[in-house]
Amino acid sequence: MVNFGYTTLPTHIHDMDKADLGLADSISFEDSSFNLCIACGSCTSTCTAGAFTNFSFRQMCHQIKRGENSQAIAESEKCMLCGKCTLACPRNVNTRNIIRLVRKANQTI
Amino acid sequence: MSKTVAIIGGGIAGLETSIQLEKLGYDVTLYEKDKALGGHAGKWDRLFPNRRHATEVIDSLTSRIKDKVQINLAATVNQIKRENGSFLVEANGKSQKADAIVLTTGFELFPANKKEEYGYGIFENVITSAELESMFSSNGKPLMTNGNNPAKVAFIHCVGSRDEKVNRPYCSKVCCVTAVKQAIEVKEAIPTSDVYCFYMDLRMFGPGYEDLYKEAQVKGVNFIRGRLSETSEMEGGRVLIKAEDTLSSKPLKMTVDMVVLMVGMSPLPSTEKLLKDLEITPNNDGFVQVKDYHLEPTHTEADGVFVAGACTGPNNITDSVNAAHTAALEVHKYLTSE
Ligand SMILES: Cc1cc2nc3c(=O)[nH]c(=O)nc-3n(C[C@H](O)[C@H](O)[C@H](O)COP(=O)(O)OP(=O)(O)OC[C@H]3O[C@@H](n4cnc5c(N)ncnc54)[C@H](O)[C@@H]3O)c2cc1C
Ligand code: SF4
Ligand code: SF4
Ligand code: SF4
Repeated sequence: MVNFGYTTLPTHIHDMDKADLGLADSISFEDSSFNLCIACGSCTSTCTAGAFTNFSFRQMCHQIKRGENSQAIAESEKCMLCGKCTLACPRNVNTRNIIRLVRKANQTI
Repeated sequence: MSKTVAIIGGGIAGLETSIQLEKLGYDVTLYEKDKALGGHAGKWDRLFPNRRHATEVIDSLTSRIKDKVQINLAATVNQIKRENGSFLVEANGKSQKADAIVLTTGFELFPANKKEEYGYGIFENVITSAELESMFSSNGKPLMTNGNNPAKVAFIHCVGSRDEKVNRPYCSKVCCVTAVKQAIEVKEAIPTSDVYCFYMDLRMFGPGYEDLYKEAQVKGVNFIRGRLSETSEMEGGRVLIKAEDTLSSKPLKMTVDMVVLMVGMSPLPSTEKLLKDLEITPNNDGFVQVKDYHLEPTHTEADGVFVAGACTGPNNITDSVNAAHTAALEVHKYLTSE
């Protein structure tokens, strides 16, 4: 008999008990506008890099908030720092500075 | 001699306040800058949550106003002065005395052309929610500028609300349910049409609102979670819109026949002058600051000046009527305690 039990495949869930939120904490400490995102997607839909790649600033921020830091850091490399998203964001998230902080984290790891 | 109360603005809030104060025995002077009473609600076709005609509500209010209300139409109050414990209210170059003031000046619709990237005033089939109400009143359905039925309609939530870029950081509260109501109405008027709502959050805060949302879902209205980033015009007056479909993390584009911008409720700029006269500072969003949001929601910091309706912030008709009742009672308490 197959036992469906209560175990879950670790790669398929956000295990928030184990998630590494260190990067999220340090970014929001340095630039609290990181916390203001309402996940509207305006940045992604205007994104210059997003027209050619699957880059999504919104998703990258979300990855950091769930502790998926290595994915987020790799994603951040796709940004061209053009600043279009800054003009679109309804919450004045300082998008390019967030990218800079993510990349900086990569250098210090 | 009975005391006089000046009510500035003849929308829902001003009408209801007039009715109540007249019942309490006061002489009421009602000022309305338009040629007709009713304010914004007088321009809507059918109302959420139950889709009764707006005229029913306005007619019911106006029919309950009796002789002791002096109604001044086409009368914009442009100055209010204090004089020996009472007020001098100036409209059309004439001053009239009042013992208390109720501000019911309401709101203005967010000027949609301020969000240039949405193409309002540039592309012909980009309209506002208020204009859609007029189309329902006059044709019973939306029409493109070429006279055709739109086959695909997109409602864009939060236009001039929740947007730091246009200095309107607050939520306008009623546009979500208005979009859902209008989406149902488009579906009913043009059953073959495809209707989409682009939203960030759906705020269905009132009785019957969630039911309207469910009704829209059952009737086939599509909900896409993403905020419009820009529009451009295509052949035949069609409009290309772009957003991120945030639930699938992919940019999305779509060509539609009509874009309806759910414009927010903004502070009415001319009210600011009256607030200055009365030494009342507006709140952070630019609306009238009330004395205490929990306990004195119709008082202002100025003695003898009360407030009701959407001039204190985005609201619905129920809120306006409730505030009007409270304001009338507070005016009564103020004028009898002197
Ligand atoms: C698109 C849209 C649809 C809506 N649909 C609904 C709905 O279906 N159901 C619902 O419950 N609510 C609805 N609402 C909300 C509703 O319109 C408001 O709650 C209501 O209009 C507020 O009434 P009010 O009297 O406070 O303000 P207003 O309607 O703005 O009336 C204020 C009046 O004061 C007058 N005025 C302003 N300044 C002066 C001055 N200095 N001198 C003289 N007169 C002045 C104005 O001309 C105006 O007539 C909707 C809102 C929008 C934007
Ligand atoms: S700054 Fe980066 S994330 Fe923002 S629009 Fe440009 S490429 Fe996209
Ligand atoms: S535009 Fe701003 S609020 Fe919207 S998803 Fe991007 S960062 Fe978040
Ligand atoms: S009520 Fe809905 S559409 Fe209106 S501002 Fe609030 S969230 Fe946006």
